[in-house]
Amino acid sequence: MGFDQYHEPPDELPPATRTFARLCASLTEEAEAIGWYEQRIAVETDAEALAVMRDAQGEEFKHFSMDLEYLLRRMPPWREIAQGILFQTGDIVEHGEEAEAEALDGGGGGAEGAFEDGSLGIGSLRGGGL
Amino acid sequence: MNHLLRSQAPISDAGWRMLDEEARERLSAALGARKLVDYSGPNGWTYSATNLGRTRPVDSSPSEGVIGRQRVVLPVVELRADFALSREELRDADRGAEDADLEPLDDAAHQIALAENVAVFHGWGEAIGGIASASPHDAASLGDSAEQYPRQVAGAVEQLLCSGVTGPYGLALGREQYRRVVETAEHGGYPLLDHLRRILEGGPIVWTPGVKGAVVVSLRGGDFLFESGQDLSLGYDSHDAEVVRLYLEESFSFRVATPEAAVALSA
Repeated sequence: MGFDQYHEPPDELPPATRTFARLCASLTEEAEAIGWYEQRIAVETDAEALAVMRDAQGEEFKHFSMDLEYLLRRMPPWREIAQGILFQTGDIVEHGEEAEAEALDGGGGGAEGAFEDGSLGIGSLRGGGL
Repeated sequence: MNHLLRSQAPISDAGWRMLDEEARERLSAALGARKLVDYSGPNGWTYSATNLGRTRPVDSSPSEGVIGRQRVVLPVVELRADFALSREELRDADRGAEDADLEPLDDAAHQIALAENVAVFHGWGEAIGGIASASPHDAASLGDSAEQYPRQVAGAVEQLLCSGVTGPYGLALGREQYRRVVETAEHGGYPLLDHLRRILEGGPIVWTPGVKGAVVVSLRGGDFLFESGQDLSLGYDSHDAEVVRLYLEESFSFRVATPEAAVALSA
């Protein structure tokens, strides 16, 4: 088992950062799995095998989405940028630039708050402590 | 605009960002219970009760041959900490002052975090049953000397194992107990912190203001359930020429699903 999701000595990282890194690694793996299934599905001709792989790919969609939501809940600027890009129609790059400017260059947040419900977005702090 | 009425306050967007960041930082440090229990939500300000999956009988029925039952739910509680900030300080912050006096916000953040910790670990009247109050295990004394802590914590872990409660385990410490742990080295210079962490099977040691003594809890999951309605938020109340009155607020329910999954150690 590898520990290469850490780029700094794990002993020097706080628990919350280690958990964050694990979920980032998990997110990467789920995205890779989605891509691998997509390639397999593209070349498979057996209908039953295709159904099994489509079902398996659906699981990876779920896993990826759960990982992403976990990470976004713990990093408000990332969440704020994502809110400006995801599930929007129109130019993706344009939305990205606008969302980044809003979140990081002084826009966004403010009286409306960084989170949709107006909360501080603290949520779970599991993994915190010494 | 939602019920927090933030856009009604005489505070700039930059000012709100500063206040949100300050509150987030202060709260995250002091919300010890959230580092040890299962959190779900947030479910929003309109969320009023947690489903317990239980019913109680109803004495009469509106029709013959029909029995009735009433669902039992756990209502959420609300916590609110009011405070006032100087408008002059907020104006200075907008001018770029790095040292705006936000002490009233810091105090309110500490108090509401402390209230949440107390409710989770020691209960709050009939509204919330706390972890320590619900534990069926005898509460041993932690003692005055930090050198006794490993023995007591190991005893608590052994009690949990005897009850079939697996780890890893977490240790919530009150302010004084936490300070003693951090400052103490055992014979040979070995940090007490590391010794305790080994006993806890790698679980965290958490500064939990409001906790009386210490509480050892299992972190296997499913034992201690914190359900958030509105997560901690900064809202606006009113203002005059001198001050703007704000508040920190949240709604939540908490329940202990497995009372034997924790051992309290009194101060």
